[in-house]
Amino acid sequence: MTPGEIPIHVLLFGYYRELLGAPSVEVSLPAGARVEDLLGRLRQLPELAVLPDRPAVAVNRRYADSSRSLSRGDEVALLPPVAGG
Amino acid sequence: MADPDLIARVVDRTISSADLANEIASDQDGAVVCFEGRVRTRNRGRQVVRLHYEAYSEMADETRREIAVEALRRHGARTVAVLHRIGTLEIGEVSVAIAASAAHRSDAFEVVRYVIEQVKDRLPVWKREEYADGSSEWLDGVSPPAEREGSE
Repeated sequence: MTPGEIPIHVLLFGYYRELLGAPSVEVSLPAGARVEDLLGRLRQLPELAVLPDRPAVAVNRRYADSSRSLSRGDEVALLPPVAGG
Repeated sequence: MADPDLIARVVDRTISSADLANEIASDQDGAVVCFEGRVRTRNRGRQVVRLHYEAYSEMADETRREIAVEALRRHGARTVAVLHRIGTLEIGEVSVAIAASAAHRSDAFEVVRYVIEQVKDRLPVWKREEYADGSSEWLDGVSPPAEREGSE
C-alpha cells in the first residue's frame, strides 16, 4: 500500500460473490476516494470486469451514492439487485 | 431492541406468520393481518426443487427495522413484525412472514402491504433457484435506490 492510501474491505454477496470466488476483497485507495473510484478499481480485477455500470453499494450498511467518499474503516458492500420475499 | 413493538430479523429457522401474530396480538386491537411468502414449485416455466436465500444480515436487520418504522408512521397500526428466512428452503416453506396488529382492519392491511413491497424493493437478500434438472440460477432482482442516506 502506498503511503496516504487507505485500506477498504469490500464485502460481496450473491452473484457478485460467485463471480469473484470469495466473500470479500481488500483494496487500497487514495484518501478521499469515492465509491466510483472503488468500483473502477474493482473492475480491474478480471473476475469483476463484468460488473454493471452502477451496481448498488452500501457503505456502513446504508445504500450509498457513487459520489460518497470513503474513509478508513468503512464497511463497504457490493450488492446485486435484491430478490427477497 | 430499541422498540419492543418491532420484531425484525433474518433467521435460519422455520418461520410462521401465525406465531408472529400471537406474539404481537393485543386486547386493544381488533384486527390482525398475516402474510406469508412461500417457495413455489414452478417459476418462469421451470420446475423448482428448492431455493437458497442469502442475506447481508447485519444490513438486512437494520433495513427491516427502518421499513417497519416507516410502515407504522404512514399507517395507524399499533405494531408490525417481519421475519425473513435465509438458508435452504424446500417447496412450501415460508421465506417471509409478516403480521400487523391494529385497532381496525384497513390499517393492518396497509401496513402489511407496505412492508412486503419494501422488503421486495430494498432488503439486501438474494435467492438462487435450484431446478429439477440439477442446474441453478440467481434470480433477477430489483436494483435498490442508489442513495438512501438522509432519506426516511
